[in-house]
Amino acid sequence: MAVLLDKQTRVICQGFTGKQGSFHSSQMIDYGTCFVGGVTPGKGGQSHLSRSVFNSVSDAVEQEGAEATVIFVPPRFAADAIVEAAVAGIQLIACITEGIPVLDMLSVKEKLAGIDCILIGPNCPGIITPGEAKIGIMPGHIHKPGRVGVISRSGTLTYEAVDQLTRTGLGQSTCIGMGGDPIHGMDFIDALKLFEADEQTEGVVMIGEIGGSDEEHAAAYIRDHISKPVVGFIAGATAPKGKRMGHAGAIISGGKGTADAKFSALETAGVCVERNPTLLGQRMLELLS
Amino acid sequence: MNIHEYQAKAILAEFGVPVPRGVLALSIDEAVEAAVSLGGSVWVVKAQIHAGGRGKAGGVRICRSMEEVRTAAETLLGSLLVTKQTGDAGKQVNRLYVEEGLNIASEFYLSLLVDRESEKVAFVASPAGGMDIEEVAEATPEKILTLAVNAEQVSTSEESHKIADFLGLQGKQVEACTGLLANLHRAFCEKDGSMLELNPLVLTTEGELVALDAKFIADSNALYRQPDILELRDVDEEDPREIEASKFGLNYIALDGHIGCMVNGAGLAMATMDIIQLKGDRPANFLDVGGGVTVDTVCEAFKLLFSDHHVKAVLVNIFGGIVRCDVIANGLLEAIKTHPMNVPVVMRLVGTNEEEGRALVKEAGLDVRWAEDLDQAAEFAVAAAGGE
Repeated sequence: MAVLLDKQTRVICQGFTGKQGSFHSSQMIDYGTCFVGGVTPGKGGQSHLSRSVFNSVSDAVEQEGAEATVIFVPPRFAADAIVEAAVAGIQLIACITEGIPVLDMLSVKEKLAGIDCILIGPNCPGIITPGEAKIGIMPGHIHKPGRVGVISRSGTLTYEAVDQLTRTGLGQSTCIGMGGDPIHGMDFIDALKLFEADEQTEGVVMIGEIGGSDEEHAAAYIRDHISKPVVGFIAGATAPKGKRMGHAGAIISGGKGTADAKFSALETAGVCVERNPTLLGQRMLELLS
Repeated sequence: MNIHEYQAKAILAEFGVPVPRGVLALSIDEAVEAAVSLGGSVWVVKAQIHAGGRGKAGGVRICRSMEEVRTAAETLLGSLLVTKQTGDAGKQVNRLYVEEGLNIASEFYLSLLVDRESEKVAFVASPAGGMDIEEVAEATPEKILTLAVNAEQVSTSEESHKIADFLGLQGKQVEACTGLLANLHRAFCEKDGSMLELNPLVLTTEGELVALDAKFIADSNALYRQPDILELRDVDEEDPREIEASKFGLNYIALDGHIGCMVNGAGLAMATMDIIQLKGDRPANFLDVGGGVTVDTVCEAFKLLFSDHHVKAVLVNIFGGIVRCDVIANGLLEAIKTHPMNVPVVMRLVGTNEEEGRALVKEAGLDVRWAEDLDQAAEFAVAAAGGE
């Protein structure tokens, strides 16, 4: 059954007619996603990729019953785009945009607090339920419908893990990229909760990285609430302190957020920790055999 | 983005935060002139580098005569300052800030940051000022107060009283503290800070609260709307390789190992560094070419790796999604026209257009070692680099 996203989910794209929006929207359509249109203010009424263009998200909700959105809007407008989608009643918002100012994200989180919706990202690859639908930028062909849920702070490193799961024959139920920003929507715990309740998911691969304490919180949650096997990896064991490693959130500050601390928190919680990022699929195969 | 102490203080002053009077000096004579123009009988000569821990490293000199000011400036200017935060290589001192001396009654710690836990802007306050705050947090966590506040509102008086109480301020000082907190909060939000730290904030014997030291880190994502902050960038503080990389929009960080890495994606780039270490060597750099690469930027990235004399082998790890493997291959072919491949290159190219990518490199007859997966790529690269 997978989580959050399936063939029936009605998806739109904000920033639809831009270069990124166009390219990835056509990829999502090719993948079989129920892609019902897009939003570009001022271009409402036009047609793009054989889908309707709307001036606003609420128009798309009213006229096409949009339930999920993927955002490719430039950083300076992306925060408003997220809030617009939430207010219009979109349930699932995946924001791909990288480079949103952190204070803007604080204000987004405040505005989303009372609204019933799920934000994935920003600065993330999106979400995919293999064989059903994808909302984001991940290469669809490396995925395979299957037994393992994936939740990750990284994009390409997720592809690496997905590829291993596909090669071992395990496949994936749903893969969620929560993104590399310090202030973000969905976190490990939100995803673990969904995967625990999902019948199709038999195990979870979680990929963290240096910075913050999401992994430590997840470890405590896994210890108390997760019965399915979890394989964990943390990127950045060799990263120097105080340097921002590409992702805005990947920084060790004040001696906190190191890979070692995260590895050991996960280990203590009973997670199968693997320090070699090329063996994640193998570990999961062992746990599920 | 980091800025210097004197620049941070200028911003604070703009927002009504009391700072000591001071003058920037780029030469010994300027330092002495600065002290003369400030007047008084005590001056502090402070090395301006983008790293903390200057005091303990001898980068802050208290002077009681013009002779002492001159000597301090002579010692500091051009010297390499090695602090807890600079690494062993240290940082060269090119700028001095000369300030009036103050009569200090007590010292505090006060900072503002984006708190990932509460997802709010938070004040961090401690009566243990002038110390390494990480050590204070470790040894005496009860001496630290973290108070999350609303990002869009100036801190309320209830919040300020909590902080003033915690710092042990009384009477008129409480009122001064309230004003100070509101001004700091305004500076932080209006200038897109990701960290603003006063360590120490001091109470003078005259009863005034003054930011004796100031550190400001701006959110790099917000620089498009902070042109004034962007102008404060000091490239002397950055690694020349990182400056070169930033010109081409590459995410590059210089490290001290000797396997050059080229990867797409920050997480995969970190994982590549990690596996190199797992296989017994160390990476020379972090390099994420990003999703929007062109042949030109890939070419520049290869040039950067090939011209780095620390690099003994190059590991290319591409998992093409948005990034196409043929673009990476063409970037390499372009780069070797001017920068010969003088070190072994190990390539792992998978994903979008991988066959085209491999074919391009093979047709050009390049002596590249191909790896099937990341594990093998790391092994080959470590072997090629020949150990530590």
